[in-house]
Amino acid sequence: MTGRLARFLCVGIPVAFLGLFFIYPVVSILGFGLTGGGLEHLVGLPGSATFRGVAWFTLWQAAVSTVLTVVVALPGAHLVARRRFAGRRLVRALATVPFVLPTVVVGGAFLAVFDRLGMSDGSFRLTHTVWAVLIAHVFFNLAVVLRTVGSYWEGLDPGPEEQARVLGASPAQTFVMVTLPRLRPAVAAAASIVFLFCLTSFGVVLLLGGPGIATIETEIWRHSVWRGDFGAATALALVQLVAVLAVVGVGNGLQRRRAVGLRTVVARAPVAGRWELAANLGLLGLVMGLPVAVLVERSFLSGGGYSLDNYRALAVRVDLLPLTALEALVNSFVFALAATAMAVTVGGLASLVVVHGQRALSRVFDLGLMLPLGASAVTIGFGMLIALDQPPLDLRSSRWLVPVAHALIGVPFVMRTLVPTLRSIDRRLREAAAVLGASPGVIRRRIDFPISARALVVGAGFAFAVSLGEFGATSFLPRQPDRLTAPLALFRLLGTPGQQLRGQAMALAVVLMVITGFSVLAIETRRGSAGADL
Amino acid sequence: MRFLHQTTTPAVLFVLAAVLVGACGAGNGSSTVPISATTGVQAISGQTVTLVTHDSFWVSEGTLREFTAESGVEVEVQRLGDTGQLVASAILTSGDPLGDVLYGVDNTFLQRALGADLFTPYESPALTGVPASLILDPGHRVTPIDFGDVCVNYWIDAFDDDLPQPSGLADLVDPAYSGMLAVQNPETSSPGMAFLLATIAEYGDGWEEYWSALRHNDVSVTTGWEDAYYGEFIAGGGDRPIVVSYASSPPAEVIYADPPVDSPPTAVLTDTCFRQVEFAGILAGTENRAASEALVDFLLSPTFQEDIPLNMFVFPALEAATLPDEFVDFVKLPDNPHVLDPAMIEANRNDWTERWTDLVLR
Repeated sequence: MTGRLARFLCVGIPVAFLGLFFIYPVVSILGFGLTGGGLEHLVGLPGSATFRGVAWFTLWQAAVSTVLTVVVALPGAHLVARRRFAGRRLVRALATVPFVLPTVVVGGAFLAVFDRLGMSDGSFRLTHTVWAVLIAHVFFNLAVVLRTVGSYWEGLDPGPEEQARVLGASPAQTFVMVTLPRLRPAVAAAASIVFLFCLTSFGVVLLLGGPGIATIETEIWRHSVWRGDFGAATALALVQLVAVLAVVGVGNGLQRRRAVGLRTVVARAPVAGRWELAANLGLLGLVMGLPVAVLVERSFLSGGGYSLDNYRALAVRVDLLPLTALEALVNSFVFALAATAMAVTVGGLASLVVVHGQRALSRVFDLGLMLPLGASAVTIGFGMLIALDQPPLDLRSSRWLVPVAHALIGVPFVMRTLVPTLRSIDRRLREAAAVLGASPGVIRRRIDFPISARALVVGAGFAFAVSLGEFGATSFLPRQPDRLTAPLALFRLLGTPGQQLRGQAMALAVVLMVITGFSVLAIETRRGSAGADL
Repeated sequence: MRFLHQTTTPAVLFVLAAVLVGACGAGNGSSTVPISATTGVQAISGQTVTLVTHDSFWVSEGTLREFTAESGVEVEVQRLGDTGQLVASAILTSGDPLGDVLYGVDNTFLQRALGADLFTPYESPALTGVPASLILDPGHRVTPIDFGDVCVNYWIDAFDDDLPQPSGLADLVDPAYSGMLAVQNPETSSPGMAFLLATIAEYGDGWEEYWSALRHNDVSVTTGWEDAYYGEFIAGGGDRPIVVSYASSPPAEVIYADPPVDSPPTAVLTDTCFRQVEFAGILAGTENRAASEALVDFLLSPTFQEDIPLNMFVFPALEAATLPDEFVDFVKLPDNPHVLDPAMIEANRNDWTERWTDLVLR
């Protein structure tokens, strides 16, 4: 492959992908809404007390959720990055599981936990409060920080910390003065993803926050779907996009500082202390384990006792569904594979451009490819409907549309894990290779690619999990009945009364969880062998 | 050292291929060959019509194939979110419709769809078997296919001689039933909207007073049907014995009971019901007019109509359609369900929900 062709593809593929499947649809729908009364709404927004309240709430709940998530996840990230213990990979894989759990199921599990803890009523009430929203956001996003920061941390040379300790710094001082600044690119990358997720979170806000709470995202949905007021929805969608641009811009600035000293020699991590392990796993267990345990318990509850009946029923089609739940799982799996392949390629190429491309191009890529994560599912879904409607781009009934939408959301995960690592590759290593006569392409292949493979597989794991669990954008795209995905099947099962259906829905959620756990574990194992090769 | 010898080229080419295949409009899977045209050669035989509908749509496996066998027309189904999303999507794509026939717009969204000129009129001959009360558009731009009632459901065992079950809307504000009712937000849930409309139909301008009293009586409001029925109602482990759901919920409680039961643990207050009628309409701009008409006729045929209840848990519009036993035994349909003119609903909807939010949530 010649350098020029490679450069062209590196830039052209992400541009084509983002332009066609995100920018063109979003611009189309915003244009439609603005000409249909959106402009007047936009002008009126600053004067509206309701809007100011909603905007303020949206921002602060996202900020607080992000801080809480980082604080809760950092000790765990340290544990999986710097300590050896049995089941380390398993913990890292299991942390991804909440990602695929449909909100309606998790919401139910949380409500059950609150109920059992006596917090669904009275003065310590959590149900239908902002606290429930914050806790659920930590639950869903813990994995982003744990894994993004963990994988970066693992690759960080432990030398400076050891030197600080030798020079007499306490562990706390070492962490604050030495480790934290070096982790900054990864923390900023993870935090900006979490912030975007919380900013545009939909099901959590509606279900756990209850009817008294609204964010810009839920308002966009309410105005467009329930009120048929596309003008008002468009004005809000524009405000949301601008906010997302600002957030991503700031986040990218924080990451851009080049961190040095990724280690290339893998030293054996010290064995985790018993208390450290217990405290960490206890915390993770409390936040993630409790709701999951409720879910697992419910999945076995059938006919008044515990049995495998709900699981057996997954292979039998109920009248309400066009497929068996198992077939829906297979659909989800295939969609997720396709979405991951697209996300890894687009995200991988875009990361190269961000790190090695011209400055302006780099910034545009860094910003642009993050946007789909912060745009509302309503905007993307409706945009695709009205934009991709003419041959040769009449994709509205194409089987590719769902994986493409999932890939759009997966790309930022690939980039946010990959870019900080690529940036940290020791410049001297690349310069030495160049001096020795290696072409840029060879450097990329023989230095960048092996070192960043670890981050790439972490990103791929995310993209896969995101696609498996995706519900919002999927529900806004036209689908044929035989392409039902598992999360959509689950919603349908929960939409009709009857304990049998409810039990099946719980079993389906658990199977989805297990599949994700194992898939990510398989990816992690691959990642282990890549690391050992170096 | 496997990784060191790999290049990125295969991956680049792979995605390039994937993007290109995607971009060039990959097939939509409608390559099935029609079975046969049994009723002579027709002009429409061999055509494909696309039925756009919501996520709750499903019929038994062979039902649509019977239509294909009769008419030679293939049906492709596209499902798109809930009723609100379906109507919004149809309005957004009205210049270039997603399909030929839309099925699933109900009377609460009907006027919005009609106002956007989504449909072209068609008076199906099968309408003769449909009660006039369901034919809400005299211009026949839409054809009623099914109906369902949103009603207050209660948990039978929660009530006894000391505290009998409430008899209707008026009892729900009685302090004896304080803290017992769970409803859905009409701004985010279709049964929630129907229940609000039931109270407006019953009390007229007095509906606001009624809701203030409900709030005073500790009504619980959830975002959607799922969190009301499974979160608050006793059936799902909650502690409230009264919930807004459907007239068809009791038979579902029998059909999908676990362990099996002989009769439902829930029942319906028939005086509290609001009738939701679902319609099909031929989308303006279709190029398969004749085949679309044939599909609408089929949707009103006994074959399709009798398949509706157990798949979608609503009632067939066709009076002559035979109901499954569970629906005969366990459903008590209201004699006079609440109804409101679709035009009146659309004209006041946003105003009503705004005032409801102020009254009940703020």
